[in-house]
Amino acid sequence: MPLPPQHYLNNGYGVKSWLLTRDHKRIALLYLAAVTFFFFIGGAFAVVIRLELATPAGDLVSDETYNKLFTMHGVMMVFFFLIPVIPAVLGNFLVPLMIGAKDLAFPKLNLASWYIYMLGGLFTLYALVTGGVDTGWTFYTPFSTVSSTTKVIPTALGIFITGFSSILTGLNFIVTIHRMRAPGMRWFRMPLFLWSMYATSLIFVLGTPVIAITVLLIAAERVFQFGFFDPARGGDPVLFQHLFWFYSHPAVYIMVLPSMGIVSEIVAAFCRKQVFGYEFVAFSSLAIAVLGFLVWGHHMFIAGESVYAALIFSILSFLVAIPSAVKVFNWTATMYKGSISWDTPMLYAIGFIGLFTVGGLTGLFLAAVGLDVHVTDTYFIIAHFHYIMVGGTIMGYLGGLHYWWPKISGRQYNEALAKLSAGIIFVGFNLTFFPQFVLGYLGMPRRYHAYPPEFQVLNVLSSAGASILGVGYLIPMVYLMWSLRYGKVAGSNPWGATGLEWTTTSPPPTDNFTQTPIVTQEPYVYPRVEGRVA
Amino acid sequence: MPELAHHHPALAHQFENLAQQKEASTLGMWVFLVTEILFFGGLFATYCVYRHWYADAFTAASRELIVWAGTTNTAVLITSSLTMALAVRAAQTGERRLLMTLLAATMALGCVFLGIKAFEYYSEYIVHHVPGPGFQFEAEHYRHAQLFFSLYFMMTGLHAIHMIIGLAVMAVMWWLSYRGIITAEYYNPVEVSGLYWHFVDIVWIFLFPLLYLIGRHAH
Ligand SMILES: [Cu+2]
Repeated sequence: MPLPPQHYLNNGYGVKSWLLTRDHKRIALLYLAAVTFFFFIGGAFAVVIRLELATPAGDLVSDETYNKLFTMHGVMMVFFFLIPVIPAVLGNFLVPLMIGAKDLAFPKLNLASWYIYMLGGLFTLYALVTGGVDTGWTFYTPFSTVSSTTKVIPTALGIFITGFSSILTGLNFIVTIHRMRAPGMRWFRMPLFLWSMYATSLIFVLGTPVIAITVLLIAAERVFQFGFFDPARGGDPVLFQHLFWFYSHPAVYIMVLPSMGIVSEIVAAFCRKQVFGYEFVAFSSLAIAVLGFLVWGHHMFIAGESVYAALIFSILSFLVAIPSAVKVFNWTATMYKGSISWDTPMLYAIGFIGLFTVGGLTGLFLAAVGLDVHVTDTYFIIAHFHYIMVGGTIMGYLGGLHYWWPKISGRQYNEALAKLSAGIIFVGFNLTFFPQFVLGYLGMPRRYHAYPPEFQVLNVLSSAGASILGVGYLIPMVYLMWSLRYGKVAGSNPWGATGLEWTTTSPPPTDNFTQTPIVTQEPYVYPRVEGRVA
Repeated sequence: MPELAHHHPALAHQFENLAQQKEASTLGMWVFLVTEILFFGGLFATYCVYRHWYADAFTAASRELIVWAGTTNTAVLITSSLTMALAVRAAQTGERRLLMTLLAATMALGCVFLGIKAFEYYSEYIVHHVPGPGFQFEAEHYRHAQLFFSLYFMMTGLHAIHMIIGLAVMAVMWWLSYRGIITAEYYNPVEVSGLYWHFVDIVWIFLFPLLYLIGRHAH
């Protein structure tokens, strides 16, 4: 079986045909290259951090270098990988395909958002090569505005600029989903991935402007000596924390909601069943997006917050568990009595559900004020948010990348290697981060390069896990690249899945469909099957 | 008519027809304005917190602003919103000359606003009200008056940047009208730019009382 004669990948080969493209599918691949680059930079910092922490003494790097390492790790991973990764890569590729449109509503804006992202990345890379930043990715004032002598301004500007690429992506998705749906594609016929993209886009457009103004205030405070957050000049540092977390808590849902959408798609396709409680899953995405804006105060339980504020933020944080649990429950119910095939995407989806559940349940620990005060600024927090952000986001992302890879590239990857690396990642991840729960509970604080010797065993376990995890991330790079040339041709619908993206060729033509599709039924209509047909 | 719409030169390939394109760009601008509200919202929230805490210092500092300049600028901007609204109307009815005149009037008023604003900044610089080591104010309110002026420069500065972007957008609209690209059938760019212009005006409508008028009552 050959590839289709005309598709978006062979529609021009020159550099210009890529760098000036307005095709959402090519822009998705530009993003794929860029976020992968930033992922490995952020990962390199993690490698050095874990090497340093293999021994109790602070012997590999100085404390100042260590501060810069964890800051740059956080900045790179949060702003340049985790936030854009799924929306900008898979969302870009899939939103028009899934609603049966030729492209996003604003293709030029889409390309512009990639350039804006790259410009923001350049600012941050500049900060990195000229000495780095040491404030932590949270930029707490007054340290970031008064004390730190490192490259705060270029990093802040990099984040400010990159924010606009998020805003434009979110705006593009919202308008596209509202105005570009194919005939018959009603809201409740949309695949759940689109619901999650819509909810994510809402956070993009409502949250990102606030972090933009916040980092701008930081830059202004440093450049013009305005005193917004500096007590010596009349300001209040806690106000910074409010503004920062107003965005940065919802940002976690920017990372994890898209993954949830992917898991819904994968679970339906590999259990060959309608997603249990479709409407509940769809609305739980919106509920998470809305509730996510009301809980930021749980990051400030120890920052002099009033008892009443803490109480309310605590209760609201507990409430987020409800829509999250609705999803986990519904995925599980979908699998129940489904005819499950254990292909790589499904392995990642199951991995996601497991890790997200651990991350979410430990989040409930942290929503309780008393326990949070006990473990604030310890490795318990680190472990918790890595379970959500790495265990959640990256598992979902890799699951989605494998699921749609035949659509993106037209070819199938090596299934055995893919399963192997999914297993390695799962084991490596848990070995890295589970010991950190224990470390944090025992009292090891975050952001120090040295620690008491009794913590060494758990730290060595964590470092060993990190090396396994690193290998797990490298293997897909290799076999996915390899498949581009040598992979078996996949055909339009290798998984036998529903959804408009599977009705067009793989890779799709530049205009996505030869004629505008007409939608006549709900998503995930799978015929009943007895056992699996190979 | 649908056949004609299909071949309209301004129709982008991803849309089915001009109506869909118009709806999409209008919705796009509204979503963008929502992000702008959140952007300024962070600043307004900051302002309100400090205004509440340091009411006396903020009142004292507010009295130092040149209120006639702010008032004049408010009138100038409201008038520019009128000419902008009339420009959109002229675009809809396809009156090209009138459209160009009204866009030019809007730009002229925008420039007057920025000119007056620059004069105010200069006056404040002369009397050492720019925050930093050279800041001067009566000792009692020194720190928090400085905070007021930090917010004043940040808020009006960001607003002025938005005005400058608006002027650039209007210049493009003028050029499109001059080239005859804006017609009664395809006037959406003017309408969408108008939304932006009105938004920037409305931000000022909030800035003016918050910054200039809080010290004017009673006392
Ligand atoms: Cu949070």
